[in-house]
Amino acid sequence: MPGTYIQPEFRVKIDYDKCHKCGRCVQQCGWGVYSFNERPIPDDSKCRACHRCVTFCPAHCITIEKNALAYKDNDNWTVDARKAIWRQAETGGVLLTSMGNPRPYPRIFDHLLLDACQVTNPSIDPLREPMELRTYLGRKPDAVSVEADGAGGYRLAPNGGMTANIQLDAPIIFSPMSYGSVSLNVHKSLAMAAQRLGTLMNTGEGGLHADLYPYQDRVIVQVASGRFGVDPEYLGRGAAIEIKIGQGAKPGIGGHLPGEKIDKEVSSTRMIPQGTDAISPAPHHDIYSIEDLRQLIYALKEASGYKPVGVKIAAVHNVAAIASGIVRAGADYIYLDGFRGGTGAAPQVIRDHIGIPIEVAIAVVDQRLRDEGIRNHASIVAAGSIRSSADAAKAIALGADVVAIGSAALMALGCHLCQSCHTGCCSWGLTTQKPELTRRLDPEWGAERLVNLVSAWSHEIQEILGALGVNAIESLRGSRERLRSVGLDAQMNAVLGVKPVGM
Amino acid sequence: MTAQRPRYAEEAPYKIHGGCGLMGLCDESGTLMSGEDAILAMAIQHDRGNGLGGGFAGYGIYPEFPDHFAFHMMYHDVRAKEDAEALFDEYFVVDLAEPMPTRPVKRITDAPLLWRYFLNPHPRKLEEAESSAEDYVVKAVMTINATVDGAFVASSGKNMGVFKGVGYPEEIGHYFRLEEYAAHTWTGHNRFPTNTPGWWGGAHPFALLDWTIVHNGEISSYGINSRYLETFGYKCTLGTDTEVAAYLFDLMLRRHKLPLELACKALASPLWEEIDRMPAAERELMRSLRAVYGPAMLNGPFAIVLGFNGGMVALNDRIKLRPLVAARTGSVVMVASEESAIRAVMDSPDKVWTPKAGEPTVARVAGMDWPIHGDLHLSPTEVSCAVTGTETSCDFEEARA
Repeated sequence: MPGTYIQPEFRVKIDYDKCHKCGRCVQQCGWGVYSFNERPIPDDSKCRACHRCVTFCPAHCITIEKNALAYKDNDNWTVDARKAIWRQAETGGVLLTSMGNPRPYPRIFDHLLLDACQVTNPSIDPLREPMELRTYLGRKPDAVSVEADGAGGYRLAPNGGMTANIQLDAPIIFSPMSYGSVSLNVHKSLAMAAQRLGTLMNTGEGGLHADLYPYQDRVIVQVASGRFGVDPEYLGRGAAIEIKIGQGAKPGIGGHLPGEKIDKEVSSTRMIPQGTDAISPAPHHDIYSIEDLRQLIYALKEASGYKPVGVKIAAVHNVAAIASGIVRAGADYIYLDGFRGGTGAAPQVIRDHIGIPIEVAIAVVDQRLRDEGIRNHASIVAAGSIRSSADAAKAIALGADVVAIGSAALMALGCHLCQSCHTGCCSWGLTTQKPELTRRLDPEWGAERLVNLVSAWSHEIQEILGALGVNAIESLRGSRERLRSVGLDAQMNAVLGVKPVGM
Repeated sequence: MTAQRPRYAEEAPYKIHGGCGLMGLCDESGTLMSGEDAILAMAIQHDRGNGLGGGFAGYGIYPEFPDHFAFHMMYHDVRAKEDAEALFDEYFVVDLAEPMPTRPVKRITDAPLLWRYFLNPHPRKLEEAESSAEDYVVKAVMTINATVDGAFVASSGKNMGVFKGVGYPEEIGHYFRLEEYAAHTWTGHNRFPTNTPGWWGGAHPFALLDWTIVHNGEISSYGINSRYLETFGYKCTLGTDTEVAAYLFDLMLRRHKLPLELACKALASPLWEEIDRMPAAERELMRSLRAVYGPAMLNGPFAIVLGFNGGMVALNDRIKLRPLVAARTGSVVMVASEESAIRAVMDSPDKVWTPKAGEPTVARVAGMDWPIHGDLHLSPTEVSCAVTGTETSCDFEEARA
């Protein structure tokens, strides 16, 4: 019997006429594709198309091609469906995968178009005029109350102003990715970039490594169901605390970091024994209802001297009501993760079939909070496949205060979206703990790439604002009047609160 | 109710885009000035409009009835007048009802029936209503605008009035014989709408009780401004930027009790880099003000003049994308879209300046009280209803709640 029915997805082709026989591809590949016998010999079945070898081949003699192998046509039984069945028949297991949902569900962002000024109001040139992106993350009071300052002016009345908000120089923060799922060098890159950009990185659920303490004012510390790395000192270090309830890629299920990834550093950061599996339960075992969440929110506020406490949830069918409950429970921000959000490891069936698009989640949550008059009580952070500054601007126009980027940040660091994070063999040294791989990312270089990416997007958002004739991000936030939809049905337009083009 | 007669909602099924010219003139000593200057200032700015709307507001014009609410009414036909007057008779004591004095002007056609009434709430009805006179009057305005078909209240404040219609402002001014009135504060407006309104009520100034707004500009942040106001219960049914500005002033001044100067700072916020350089106490105040009222910030080009019985405030957008010039001669303060209007009215002004972006120009009439709202306790829904007079903004069940 054959070992597997599954044929390789890719063909690794080497032009041996050009090949230097230097063996660098052998060394670079984290998947063990190459063996060397006078020249590199690829094993196609191991290739993930991550392009590490292609990028580093000095002779540019490697190409990766799709395996053109023909399958009998069948629109119903796709090749992927057939392969999944073969694999499960072989293993009897849940299929694991990583990164975001790749399936061809509608991408609503691609059906939304932004406005621009012509004649009746002027567009503004962001190269000549101020164009402000500063955003405050956190709860705002309903009104500002002032008192006379005795010198003919006014000052804030006691408790009359905004408290415990985090100033962001751009409405873009980094998504939670735990140390353990990503390498320490990734965390360092994110933390250094967040500090230079005046924005935030997020520890994810894996604790805060001591090397990140210098950047702690720009770090959100996460409290997830496994409570890894959580102690009073941890809570005291973060700029804000985030309770992770769910994740867009795997709503309703927990996490599992295999023991092989728990080396000494991860072990001490997560506060668990070396080599043991780190298992996050599906629910928090002290949160079985909204009132339990309220208790945890306030426990964390008490423990941290009333830092902002946010709650991250996956966007699911009833997200508006859930979000309303979370805001009323005292959250300072609510982090919505759409169904295309990334992951370091998730069952494929969950990732590909659960949740709702982030565009819809933003629209319905923002509207629900407005209907209830509590929109100012919490900021909305939107994530789950923000692919560009245009997606960010559209998310903000729909009602988000801030967008969070995870996959895009990893791509800035080298990720080629091969969806194999769960293997721990990342050739780019990102989602692995193997020292020979993690050292491939220099945090200084990584931080620079991240700063470049966010700066570029910020400039582009400024261009968009200028075209819209406004010079501050708050004038775009929730301004759905500046969006039109193309190719969406009337019902979806109503859900999004967006008019179709032409109206 | 039939939908045969014009209403705001029919005029603006979608957002109106347009530009305009405006003026404001105030003698801080309280000395009264004839309407001639106001007409002149707007005539000089003729080209800033397209003949589809002009109007004026004058304060201090009715010294013989200083304590009466002066209702300036527009009626589509006699039946509308009879219906409205039945309401006046029921809820008010009317001491004088008369047609607005007008004169024929060549290009002014299709004028509605224009009447004015000097009245006060019926004492017993006011007592039964258990509300302030101001609340009582605004509710009456709301009822008339929403339920009396073909009737519209152009203004309803004390010792002031709004004169507006379809035409160039100088034509409207002559039509209403403004030179025969004397006011300590005048505001004027010349409209250049890019749609084709045909209704007199749609011209500026907009009025509620004694405060009026004239506005030149296009609020590019209209979408979020209106959604922000909706969270407080206001209903933006006109689709005009002016309506949004009116409600934002109502929200911040009356409901949130912010001083006028700070409300202006919230509507046309300083840049963050300016805020960062302020002394600590002021910085904290401005930081909160801007973060909390960010959705209220009027972004995009505008110049606005808010008139009321104590004076006027002129405000420009935060980077001065629309013109606004100010001048002072003795106790007289004048603002206008163009300096030519000022030079036409003031022979040799003591000082002419261009107000900085977002810096309010304030004229206060000596001896007159601030704040400007009187004893008003209305819900946002009721305010929306009173300002716009559209059924869609008037959910009376909600208004009572």
